[in-house]
Amino acid sequence: MEALWLIPLLPLLGFVTLLVTEGRLPAVLVAMIGAGSVGLAALAAAPVTLDFLQQGPGTVFAQPLWVWIDVAGFSPDITLYLDGLSLAMVWVITGVGFLIHLYATGYMAGDPGYSRFFAYMNLFVFAMLMLVLADDLLVLYLGWEGVGLCSYLLIGFFHDEPANGYAARKAFVVTRVGDTAMALGLFLLFRELGTLDIQSVLSAATTTWPDGSTTVTVAALLILGGAVGKSAQLPLQTWLPDAMAGPTPVSALIHAATMVTAGVYLVARVHDLFLLSPLAQSALIGVGLATLFMAACAALVQRDIKRILAYSTMSQIGYMFFALGVGAWSAAVFHLMTHAFFKALLFLSAGSVILALHHEQDIFRMGGLWRRLPLPFAGMLVGAAALAALPFTSGFYSKDAILLASAAAPGGLWLWAAASLAALVTALYSARLIFVVFFGPPGSAAGPDDGSNNAMRGPLVVLSLLALGGGWFGLAPPAAVLPDGGVSHGHGGWLAWVTGAVPLLGVGLGYLLFYRWRERTAALVSGAAAQTLRRFWQAGWGFDWLYARLFEQPFTALARLNRRDVVDVPFVLTAALLRIGHQLAADGQNGRLRWYLANMAAGLALLLIIVLGAA
Amino acid sequence: MLLWLIAVLAGGGVLAWLSERMGAAWPQRVALLVLAVAAVCTAMLWIGGADAAGLYALTDLPWIPRFGIGLVLALDGLSLLLVALTVLLGAVAVISSWTEISQRHGLFQLNLLMTLAGVVGVFTALDLFAFFVFWEVMLVPMYLLIAIWGHEERGYASMKFFLFTQISGLLLLVAIIALVLHHQSASGVLTFDYRILLGAAAGVPAWIMLGFLAAFLTKLPGVPLHTWLPDAHTQAPTAGSVILAGIMLKTGAYGLIRFVVPLFPEASLELRYPIMLLGAVSVVYGAYVAFAQDDFKRLVAYSSISHMGFVLLGVFAWNQVAVQGAVVQMVAHGFSTAALFMMAGALQERLHTRDLARMGGLWGRAPRMGAVTLFFVVASLGMPGLGNFVGEFMVLVGAFQVNVELTVLAALGLVVAAAYALLLMQRSFQGSPGGSAQGGSAPLQDFGAREMAVMLVLAAALVWLGVYPQPLLDLSGPVLEGLGTGRGALP
Repeated sequence: MEALWLIPLLPLLGFVTLLVTEGRLPAVLVAMIGAGSVGLAALAAAPVTLDFLQQGPGTVFAQPLWVWIDVAGFSPDITLYLDGLSLAMVWVITGVGFLIHLYATGYMAGDPGYSRFFAYMNLFVFAMLMLVLADDLLVLYLGWEGVGLCSYLLIGFFHDEPANGYAARKAFVVTRVGDTAMALGLFLLFRELGTLDIQSVLSAATTTWPDGSTTVTVAALLILGGAVGKSAQLPLQTWLPDAMAGPTPVSALIHAATMVTAGVYLVARVHDLFLLSPLAQSALIGVGLATLFMAACAALVQRDIKRILAYSTMSQIGYMFFALGVGAWSAAVFHLMTHAFFKALLFLSAGSVILALHHEQDIFRMGGLWRRLPLPFAGMLVGAAALAALPFTSGFYSKDAILLASAAAPGGLWLWAAASLAALVTALYSARLIFVVFFGPPGSAAGPDDGSNNAMRGPLVVLSLLALGGGWFGLAPPAAVLPDGGVSHGHGGWLAWVTGAVPLLGVGLGYLLFYRWRERTAALVSGAAAQTLRRFWQAGWGFDWLYARLFEQPFTALARLNRRDVVDVPFVLTAALLRIGHQLAADGQNGRLRWYLANMAAGLALLLIIVLGAA
Repeated sequence: MLLWLIAVLAGGGVLAWLSERMGAAWPQRVALLVLAVAAVCTAMLWIGGADAAGLYALTDLPWIPRFGIGLVLALDGLSLLLVALTVLLGAVAVISSWTEISQRHGLFQLNLLMTLAGVVGVFTALDLFAFFVFWEVMLVPMYLLIAIWGHEERGYASMKFFLFTQISGLLLLVAIIALVLHHQSASGVLTFDYRILLGAAAGVPAWIMLGFLAAFLTKLPGVPLHTWLPDAHTQAPTAGSVILAGIMLKTGAYGLIRFVVPLFPEASLELRYPIMLLGAVSVVYGAYVAFAQDDFKRLVAYSSISHMGFVLLGVFAWNQVAVQGAVVQMVAHGFSTAALFMMAGALQERLHTRDLARMGGLWGRAPRMGAVTLFFVVASLGMPGLGNFVGEFMVLVGAFQVNVELTVLAALGLVVAAAYALLLMQRSFQGSPGGSAQGGSAPLQDFGAREMAVMLVLAAALVWLGVYPQPLLDLSGPVLEGLGTGRGALP
């Protein structure tokens, strides 16, 4: 396990190499460094994993590197920490990450910023690995901000287009609101417990605070604020759909498989804080449920293929938060992993479609593509099946576990019913995606010439296999870390049958609505009320509209108003008054005898009045 | 040795002035050489190590014995750190204006080096009278730098700078004399020696502290005494901005740490929350006004106010973590802001404008400059792994232990910082090249080896501060431990 430090170092070296060569390397070399460094990191993870598995699931390995800061008890150090939870994350990051990098070597071919792209991607992988391997909350925060930076850089990768820049800044600033809350949470934890070392914090928290104490609730909620921002959950979700401005491999890696799930990882990592606070647990349920439902409805009506997937991601992460809230910790992490497989697959397949259609993203201008783009079709089909949680796909095992666990929680039947209803919507929009894009009449988009190459096909095949079978063996390593001790499929009986049948029902309904009876559906939703609802959902339930009026516009307007800095006014006025006084005094000295005499007389009179008045 | 250091800078300035007779290119060469010598001096002092009292050097000469005035210069860890910063950024300033100055080269370098000499004096003087003299020495040449080599509104800006500093300097002088007289009436000894006056803290009227505070707050600057800064920075030549932001603002922070808190511990403790409030307000207000600026340099100037607000907050949070954070912030801000001002100067040289509305899409035309700007913008918004983050985070961790509300207020500044910093990047280097000034999308003269070398040094310094600040913390730590205990920052 001593090779642990190599895992984050390799992508960092890739970044540095690409940085100092300033894009002068030939593309082949850039691809080898960019994808290779992540592949090597995955290779380096292999012996570490073997060691880990040999020593048993409860193994914990800490590798101190150096002391970051050491001042008067504030002493975060840079230490890598590996347990079952971080091991699972390392594999998602390096494994799925490598496949996406490989795909990107083909997808981004010919782009003038080829080297810059892989530099950012490698930096991202490094930061993400630091996030999950951090032993100290401050180091975790370093990775946390680092991935946010890379997300910003990659969303705005095509920076000539101002809209991309706006989307990138929006993503950074909105998540920073959450990050700031999280930072305040860290300040609070340090003040109360005197450390930011994660394991010390957790053990100290359980001994220091009684169940439901205000302090721990505030701390947990502040950390939740950070998680909500990074994972695009209500109320900080608005940045994710716009983040699709980035190249599609970026959406797959950062905005589906890894970074956006960092919030789930964070909550799972500090689960003891949430166990101590019933209110924070409920907040997880509330946030998760609201987001998964809101986003599923929004996904149902999007026209842009990437925005469908973006809302779907938001919704699926909502499931993970929901799972954390109902205490199905392992199921949440399990779903994080299967989601990484199938959502990466969906994005990469979508990327192949988009590339083949010369950057067409409107699904209603596609249609009938299954024969012409067989591999992306197969990938999308498998991915959508897993997303809808059709039986025996990877998504089925993880989502089933979440739904059944929610039924076992207090008040569970209602929670189960709500989450299952959203699962129906999920299956519905998954079916819509497949039927509209690949079946039906051919759309108006330019004739497809399969722009794929082998670098892109390979990852699609591997990810298809993972999305299909990645859930068959469960996910054992995190079980030893999480309080529920592993994924359980507790509740049997009729509930299990219904839960399993919901996706089938949704897909069947989708087949009818979006294929068989699509004219009738179109007629049905052409009414004014239905159109209003469609527009409302399409705009993500109007949050952008609301936030623009509540925050963005007042903020900008007031800033513009105060551009010349109101604090300067008294100083400028003082200067102006002095100047006027100077002018008056100077004017008085005009050399005219009459003026002087008159003034003297007036002055004398004034003096007399004062003297007489005083007497 | 310390006196030599100051003499080298001042004498070197004269030499640089005289060297202009040999050609216009000579003064800057001489200035760079002088700074190299000063750097060697500083390095030798550093390597020489500290004595038992924590001093790296001490000069104690009689000056005007009748009034108890001596030329007392001392170098402890904090002073050493700031002197090193001064010499380094001084060299950066000289290199950054290599091609910018077109007239009176000799006089320019003279003023630049005189300013640095004054600053080194300020950072080392332990006699209040000597301190005040150096305080004034650094002011006049800086005024000239702005007034002679500044941009279009240099007259207004330099006068404003001069008046703000001069009026607050007068208050400082009055306060110094009052403190000395108070000490004389209490102990019968007339002295300006800081080391003796430290003991006299008890019973000093609080208003005397306000005189010191006014001078240092103006220099720092803290809202609402900040309004000289945007004008001065915007109008100053690049070297002037680099020295102003990188070094001179730190004399205000240094004054707070060295004089206000140790000399007036009770009064400082009493005024602690109002001053912390000023710090937090500076953080947010500076960032907010920066967000609205159209002038590249003005935006960076307001961001300086925001960054120095953290220093104010940290010093008066008054615990080891926060004060150490404030020191890290001082150094890191020196590097990041110097780089951004250099970038503003480089853009002005190429585009003949600082107006962000006339920029945009410059990345394609000068990718190196784009990447460099991106790095320092990101440092400026407090990215972990770079120095500014360490400073700000430590200040906030420390301040949170003292006052939650003010910490929350200051933390909001982090969000606003992201907004202005990324907007700066967007409006200058990103976006469509259509709105660009001067020649559409034709390539600009990108950074060459000279500029890249300077920028890489600054970037490396920020990375070092960001991932391994411990050497710096160890250097200033012992000095700051005694802060506010009445023992003062020095034995």
